[in-house]
Amino acid sequence: MITATLIAWPLVAALITLLLSPGQAKRFAILASVVEFAIATYGLIQFKLGAISGMEINWPWISTLGTQLHLGIDGISWILVLLTTLMVPLIIASVPTQEITSKSSGFYSLILIMEMALLGVFLAKDAFLFYIFWELALIPIYFICLRWGGDRRGPVTLKFFIYTLAGSLLMLVAFIYIYYHTPLPHSFDIQTIYLTARNLSADDQSIIFWALFFAFAVKMPLIPFHTWQPDTYQTAPAQGTMLLSGIMLKMGTYGVLRWLLPLVPLGLLQWGKMAIILSVIGVIYASCIALAQKDLKRLLAYSSIAHVGMISAGMFTGSQSGIQGALIQMFSHGVIIVSLFYIVDIIYQRTRTAAIDELGGIRLSAPIFAAVSLIILLGNVALPLTSGFVGEFLLMSSIFQWNPWWGAMAGISIILGAAYMLRAYRKVMLGDHAIRFDDLSLKERVILFSLASMVLIIGVWPSLVLDISEQAVEELVKLISSQSN
Amino acid sequence: MRENSIIGLVPLLPIVGFVCLAFFQKSISKTLAAVIGCSTVFVSFGLSIFLFMSLRSGVDHGLHLHLFDWISVASWRFSFSFLVDPLSVLMMLIITGVGFLIHVYSVGYMHDDEGHNRFFAYLNLFIFFMLLLVMGSNYLILFIGWEGVGLSSYLLIGFWYKNMDYNKAATKAFIMNRIGDLGLILGILVILIQFGTLEYSEVLAQAELLPSGSTLVTTITLLLFIGAVGKSAQIPLHTWLPDAMAGPTPVSALIHAATMVTAGVYLVARNNILYTLAPFTTQIILIVGIATSLMAAMIALRQHDIKKILAYSTISQLGLMFVAHGVHAYASSMFHMLTHAFFKALLFLGAGSVIHAMQGEQDIRKMGGLKKHMPVTWITFFIGTLAIAGIPPLSGFFSKDEILVHSFQQHKIIWILASVSSFLTALYMFRLFFLTFWGDRVRTAVHPHESPSTMTTPLIILAALAAIAGLLGLPSALGGGHMLQHFLTPVFEKSEQVLSLHEPSHQQEYLLMAFAVALALIAIGLAYNLFVKKLNVSRLFDGPVNAFQKAMDHRFFIDELYAAAIVKPLYAVSSFFYKIIDHKVIDSTVNDFGFVVNESSKGLRFFQSGNIGYYILAMVIGTIGLLISSKLIFN
Repeated sequence: MITATLIAWPLVAALITLLLSPGQAKRFAILASVVEFAIATYGLIQFKLGAISGMEINWPWISTLGTQLHLGIDGISWILVLLTTLMVPLIIASVPTQEITSKSSGFYSLILIMEMALLGVFLAKDAFLFYIFWELALIPIYFICLRWGGDRRGPVTLKFFIYTLAGSLLMLVAFIYIYYHTPLPHSFDIQTIYLTARNLSADDQSIIFWALFFAFAVKMPLIPFHTWQPDTYQTAPAQGTMLLSGIMLKMGTYGVLRWLLPLVPLGLLQWGKMAIILSVIGVIYASCIALAQKDLKRLLAYSSIAHVGMISAGMFTGSQSGIQGALIQMFSHGVIIVSLFYIVDIIYQRTRTAAIDELGGIRLSAPIFAAVSLIILLGNVALPLTSGFVGEFLLMSSIFQWNPWWGAMAGISIILGAAYMLRAYRKVMLGDHAIRFDDLSLKERVILFSLASMVLIIGVWPSLVLDISEQAVEELVKLISSQSN
Repeated sequence: MRENSIIGLVPLLPIVGFVCLAFFQKSISKTLAAVIGCSTVFVSFGLSIFLFMSLRSGVDHGLHLHLFDWISVASWRFSFSFLVDPLSVLMMLIITGVGFLIHVYSVGYMHDDEGHNRFFAYLNLFIFFMLLLVMGSNYLILFIGWEGVGLSSYLLIGFWYKNMDYNKAATKAFIMNRIGDLGLILGILVILIQFGTLEYSEVLAQAELLPSGSTLVTTITLLLFIGAVGKSAQIPLHTWLPDAMAGPTPVSALIHAATMVTAGVYLVARNNILYTLAPFTTQIILIVGIATSLMAAMIALRQHDIKKILAYSTISQLGLMFVAHGVHAYASSMFHMLTHAFFKALLFLGAGSVIHAMQGEQDIRKMGGLKKHMPVTWITFFIGTLAIAGIPPLSGFFSKDEILVHSFQQHKIIWILASVSSFLTALYMFRLFFLTFWGDRVRTAVHPHESPSTMTTPLIILAALAAIAGLLGLPSALGGGHMLQHFLTPVFEKSEQVLSLHEPSHQQEYLLMAFAVALALIAIGLAYNLFVKKLNVSRLFDGPVNAFQKAMDHRFFIDELYAAAIVKPLYAVSSFFYKIIDHKVIDSTVNDFGFVVNESSKGLRFFQSGNIGYYILAMVIGTIGLLISSKLIFN
């Protein structure tokens, strides 16, 4: 039941939100998402205590299609559910007070619908249902970007929409292809899909591999399917960017874990190395580009591409360290990138610019803001004892174990990462420009301090996250390495 | 066991101090901040002494403390645990001991700075990470400390963050260190994948069974050495250290002289068995060490900034420590590290006292005659200068002599070059000394005064240590038992078994000592002649320079080389990727897809005109076409 509640509650809350005035809507949406987080926490405790049986539901839905409302949750899903339910309240709360009037209750309602769809993606145990949630998640964010975005929001948002839609169509084709190979009566159920796909010929598996890879790669995004992303991150409203970068791109990485790796072991065997190499090249490429960016949002966009490339490379090694590293890094990256975009938004709200060269000297008048920003920045450059390090270390070791040369290549990003992040920090925060810049308000403090403390707590005590997914990942690795049933 | 639980307190206290200072830096008084900063480090020092005593009383396998499993994935278990053995306790004593003295000194030095409390917070943070670095029982804890001290160094170099040049120096230091860190982490990964563990005890026990000179050992040692090169500012990653002098002077003394920069020396010592089995790497270390030592000493000769001279001197002395590693004289390397920590911290703090008195002036051409204004500073500085120049019976003489003797036994050329480097050391140090303290008057309009007692007391203590620390390593030729070497035996005994080095004859050793002392005295005489007797400042500094001197003045153009060969091309690549590949190639391909779809839909629109007549016509043509084609295909 917990899984159904997790999905139903945001939907109900979204409808209620619509009826309220903007000010009330915001408060209610925060409350609703905190409740959602409480539900998730309760579920996680139950899960840790071993009560897994009550969490799976399998209700009939469209029986002629062989698809059911099948929701379930394991350690891998839990990481993403936790990330989503934890980030959404903070993202909603991050709407600045002066924007209350410009953001109607629809804005919060859309965020809650998006939360529902994202959770659906992470919980679906039926390929068709997964696809539905996958596309559903796109709709609210499309409207958020289109309605509340910045300059050129029309064409940019349209491109983003069509690009990711095209990607997911290939995924649908792949699912349908497998579906027609399932024994009669055909079914979209995850176990059937797994069984069927794994017994397909190597050639079939290769095609499915690339179809799914494309869908997920566009979402993450991996180089060279990334060009929608920097524009979208720059144009979207701050909360939209946080949702996109913090949670939505994890749909792509999660998709690889749940709907790609276990499906096509032969395809992985043949093409996995290509995927890793593509990802590692992307890491270096994006890090290089980030070096010379002039806009903070674009800088973070490329930094994000680099980090996701690393996650992707680690996952495609199919090793336990790679996948565990990917999961903790998904969580950590979610927290860090949301914080970083929030930091940029705070700067933007006060100075009306995010251009690196126009800023400077913020630390002088806002020391607390500068200090918290530094902690989060250090997480982004993977300093030990921050959450970023654990993921990066595990991912690097998995790539290194797969091939030392590519592992070393990926490692170059730790140098480049430090270079572009510290350069930005120096230009934006340090120096003696006398600008007026109010230090953090109480609300901003609460949000940023909680984000920063997550970065530190997970960095010092990573087993908090690693333990949740350990068993599920062990099973997944077993599934990947056994070539067919 | 009681000792084991104490281990955890040693790094815990400084981090608690940091947290208190960081959170309450605005609300607590300067005095309280100084008390918190100093006392935590002092107690850690006391505990380190206690641990040292327990080790001396016979626990030669070291003390362990396992806190918790930090990261565990599949069969890998990386624990948060500490190992206190002779090597780490030696480092702990230096870090907390010298660290405490520098904390006390900072109370005076930073008293009028608005960032006083923040400064102590950063210092405590540094002590914490540095302790992790040396106390970790595995490579991953070492790595935490390794990157952590890099962070502290970044924060302290850029302490005066309003100055953009300082911030640039801080960023540069962090990034150059990260280049080294990449080597280190890759080395750690090779170890992890080969041995399946990162605990020193397990790795080193397996490592000693490996064949000498195997690719595996060579790879690991080279990669770890890259890390050491970055942190210990050796060629080619040395250029950050002179710039790091932007930080407050106590920082230069603590981080960039006595402790952090010796982390590379520690790393090699910790892995001595691996290096003993890797002759190729050892050759590289020798070459890098001696080249760095010579180059830095030459540059130091023509610098004018008192701190820059000391910075190059540090680089040069670190080079000598690596030379010692290169000839497998690990204990000598640690000995020199110990004495260097004393006399170089002393020299830096003395320089700080001078700068304080000169109201921020750092150019030695503008100083002079400070002897009569600052009695404590000049006497202690004189002791430090004598120690680094290698005059007996001060500590530097013994530790440097050991390195020279060991190099003489193995590589005569290295011995000659190391002697040249020592000669240059005595020369540039006495140049600095004479220009600063000698002469009849100060060459600018300031009124120098002696520093307060919080600053002079540490100077006196360090001077005493710099004077007598040599006794710890009194060679047998002079009737000593070399206590330090004896104490460190458990750490290096495996290497010694493999190497079976023989002791030099006493006669040979006397000759070498006499030669070294003679060289130093000649250098001092030369410096006296040049800078005291025929003192003509303008001729000395502004006279015509030849090409070699010009290169020395520009630090051999290495910064310029890096800017032209690495930084500029990197940014060019960056904008090429961004403007050409990303926009012109990838994105326009994506847009072309959209364009094609758009255009073809325009064409298709013709067929959906809404005119029923057209539809019927099309249907008829289509049906006929289908019939004909099916006939053609199936018949």
